[in-house]
Amino acid sequence: MDQLLALAVTVPLIVAAGISALNPLFRNQRRVLDSIAIVTAASVTAMLVVVMVRAAAGEQVYWFAGFRPSHGIAIGVDFAVDPLSAGLACMAALLVTASMVFSWRYFERVATYYHALMLTFLAGMVGFCLSGDIFDLFVWFELMGVSAYALTAYRPEERGPVQGALNFAITNSVGAYLSLSGIGLIYGRTGALNMAQIGRDVARHRPDGLVIVAFVLILTGLLIKSAIVPFHFWLADAHAVAPTPVCVLFSGVMVELGLYGIARVYWSMFGNGLGHRGTISSAFLALGLLTAIVGALFCFRERHLKRLLAFSTISHAGMFLVGLSWLTPLGLAGAAVYVVGHGLVKAALFLCVGIVLHRLGSVNETWLHGRGRRLPVTGVVFTLAALGLADLPPFATYLGKGWISGTGSARGMAWVAAVLIACSILVGGAVLRVAGGVFYGLGDPPAEDPEMAKGASEEKSETDEAKQRTPLTMIIPPAVLVLAAIAVGVMPHLGEVVQAAAIRFEDQNAYNAAVLYGAHVTHPAAVYRAESTNATLADVLSGAGSAFGGLVLAALALYWRRIPFLRRSSGPDLVLAGPVQRFQSGVVNDYITWVVIGVTCLGAALALSIR
Amino acid sequence: MHIFPFVVVAWIVGVGLYGLVTSRHLVHQIVCLIVVQSSTYVLLLGVGYVSGAVAPYFYDIPLHTPAVDPVVQALALTDVVVEAAVTALLLSFAIQAHKRFGTLDPQELAELKG
Repeated sequence: MDQLLALAVTVPLIVAAGISALNPLFRNQRRVLDSIAIVTAASVTAMLVVVMVRAAAGEQVYWFAGFRPSHGIAIGVDFAVDPLSAGLACMAALLVTASMVFSWRYFERVATYYHALMLTFLAGMVGFCLSGDIFDLFVWFELMGVSAYALTAYRPEERGPVQGALNFAITNSVGAYLSLSGIGLIYGRTGALNMAQIGRDVARHRPDGLVIVAFVLILTGLLIKSAIVPFHFWLADAHAVAPTPVCVLFSGVMVELGLYGIARVYWSMFGNGLGHRGTISSAFLALGLLTAIVGALFCFRERHLKRLLAFSTISHAGMFLVGLSWLTPLGLAGAAVYVVGHGLVKAALFLCVGIVLHRLGSVNETWLHGRGRRLPVTGVVFTLAALGLADLPPFATYLGKGWISGTGSARGMAWVAAVLIACSILVGGAVLRVAGGVFYGLGDPPAEDPEMAKGASEEKSETDEAKQRTPLTMIIPPAVLVLAAIAVGVMPHLGEVVQAAAIRFEDQNAYNAAVLYGAHVTHPAAVYRAESTNATLADVLSGAGSAFGGLVLAALALYWRRIPFLRRSSGPDLVLAGPVQRFQSGVVNDYITWVVIGVTCLGAALALSIR
Repeated sequence: MHIFPFVVVAWIVGVGLYGLVTSRHLVHQIVCLIVVQSSTYVLLLGVGYVSGAVAPYFYDIPLHTPAVDPVVQALALTDVVVEAAVTALLLSFAIQAHKRFGTLDPQELAELKG
């Protein structure tokens, strides 16, 4: 039954090819297409749930065409699955299903290629998670990328989507090619493309310049995909212009796949070979904290709802990277749970913004002030999801955040926990400010700044005209996702299971043995000691504190004109306007310049400290 | 392995990135992206040159003749396919950009500033 692994990517690919080839048959059969896409995505989700449950019992490896390795040399191409990778793939399939259900009534007219692209995007994401071969990882990465670029420019008759897609495509392609150069270099050194075999061969020698350069190059493509500062500029552009159901996937899972790639590449290829865990840990920590802070600040001053959520995703990507940077199972487990919790609530938030755009025809917070009172149910779902984003227990986010901060505190770096809580307060405050202002009309009505009003009229609805009712197919998916985020948070034994999966993920020798020698590793070797994963009082308090801080900050932002000493200032969100416009220029040349600067600095830092 | 191919690769990447950063024309910029990518062909083929090769490379020709690794050729072919897809898509975006903005200068596409 290993074929299930291969089916999880071939089924969506074949269906996508089928509906594209039979395009003329579906000309007026919108519902048939929608149903096919939903059923396909749902069945992929079901397959991956089975795969995940099985993977929890032991590593699953599938060799295509039965080319098994002989004497520890990989001949064929494999899918190697552990619970974390299967879980992330499952999350991707779940979010695709939710977006397809949402799209049922969202688009007035929809082209056949929308469904086909969503399915190839799904196949790319699933393949990326499951692949055990570094070159295949690149190919899946590109498949995912090309589908995403095309989906961003889904409405090419408007100006924004074209520019956003260009920026997204050029920046990510440069990253992918740099990654490919790294893969070429590592192939030249080891003669292998299987990640387990590369890991074994790299570990045989002391790390030299070539290995470090290859590591940095492979990392670059993944860092761009995961929107880590200074590689993050494309993300806000792409999110602001892509159709809302597509944004759900970008924020909810595509960015996190980049981080998964970093973890996968590090722990199955370079972990044992590179050594210098302290250096790598500090490099990731610095990048993660910088990203978390920059994303949170930009998020708070944003008034365009989709861009606001996009910057919040950047901030969270930084926090996930901080989780990875501890290089311990508990840190990785925290990042994994945080990714799931964040993905679910962020998807719900984007879907609610989609409902707002559908009903009210704008995503400008200033213009929308108080107008969302017509959407009471959406308001409740949005507010709940916003609280989840601010790490309120019992949403799964608080657990993940708690483990990440807890690991930091245990290392005597409690200040990291403080920074992360501050970022959560800023992001939560921004989203709660939107919830209060738009859906409940709280706060002073904002001054109608002429530039803002212009922005409101430019943002066109993705549907034909404002609708009178919110269709059930649009409100149910976000509601279910929010409930799922709570359900994950209160799941019994979650900590032990996820930590066991993380220990397995980080155990490079066990991964090698399972992939290259077919060993059945049921109990991970005790290379790492399991730590306590019970939700401590500190986790609950810091989660509740972030949510409370977010509420206070949202109230301050809504009522700042009534506070005596703030009245004369220019407003909390305008202070940052200058730097934002200078950096977030929308010009792809600048973005590439930042990529070059980032790669050079990262490479120089690692090369100087590892040699 | 000779150092020469790697110098060429570094040069091509550098030229391509310089072009991407300074370009004032989208089609030119996309061609620069292709230049960056073509460095990977040189790298893969340079890496694939094998001296003193044995079994998988030789089964019907005499040993000790210069040989290349067939795997990297397969990789380079896959790479070409990926490039074709990405370039076609990007050029179609450039056509759309010209229709919507009336210019192909990336610095004058001003829809997403700030």
